[in-house]
Amino acid sequence: MALDQSFVGRSYPPTDPYEVGREKIREFAEAVGDTNPAYTDPEAAKALGYSDVIAPPTFVFAITFKAAGQVVQDPQLGLDYSRVVHGDQKFAYTRPVRAGDRLTVTSTIEAIKSMAGNDIVDIRGEVHDEAGEHVVTAVTKLVARAAEEG
Amino acid sequence: MTAKIAYDDVEVGAELPARTFPVTRATLVQYAGASGDFNPIHWNEKFAVEVGLPDVIAHGMFTMAEAIRVVTDWAGDPGAVVEYGVRFTKPVVVPNDDKGATIEVSGKVAAKLDDNTVRVDLTAMSAGQKVLGMSRAVVRLA
Repeated sequence: MALDQSFVGRSYPPTDPYEVGREKIREFAEAVGDTNPAYTDPEAAKALGYSDVIAPPTFVFAITFKAAGQVVQDPQLGLDYSRVVHGDQKFAYTRPVRAGDRLTVTSTIEAIKSMAGNDIVDIRGEVHDEAGEHVVTAVTKLVARAAEEG
Repeated sequence: MTAKIAYDDVEVGAELPARTFPVTRATLVQYAGASGDFNPIHWNEKFAVEVGLPDVIAHGMFTMAEAIRVVTDWAGDPGAVVEYGVRFTKPVVVPNDDKGATIEVSGKVAAKLDDNTVRVDLTAMSAGQKVLGMSRAVVRLA
């Protein structure tokens, strides 16, 4: 059944702050095999103009996707998560995420569409630091595939 | 931010150095731990097949993380990436053998934009299939 369009524009309360750790960034960089020293060596990051090591561009997804759980699990919206696949992902950065950041995420339902029985939900996560400055916006498109007939 | 490539030195159509990234089951377990995405389709063959997949598949976000390395290695400063977006078109299937799979990524400068930024269009292939669509990054050059 198509999702309720009235949910478009709904925002959820900001998450509690997530504190970005140097070792978590290192763990992520190692997991994707990326040896760029800006991720692990504070001096290398400083040489690029940053106050501490920075995170790879997709690192923040772990934080925004967890925040998007508020939307996904909203019983009123009624998304069937067992049928959900990740359709698109976009990031728009004001600055890179860096170690020591305390990040909050505010999730908003940007769009709801139904196509061929699939429910498609775009969730925008606005990420701010402790000073309230914008860091990155993540837009996640989730597709709940149509239930099979019979 | 200090990208090592100068905007004035770059022309539309310029190709970035292509890369091939290996991915095995061990890679996926490590990525699951680092990212917190423990969906069993990324490590449990039985579960993956039951939900209609050919085999265990890589996290889309893992593929997205590999593809942008072509841009960050070229630009020299990962923080110079201003925008990055992809569509997940096909899964990267990772067989349970010694070789696993590979993700082949190439990129080229598609447009020169304002404010010393350029748009790079990326192509990511695995097993002869395009695994990312609309894969684009905007990066600020020196």
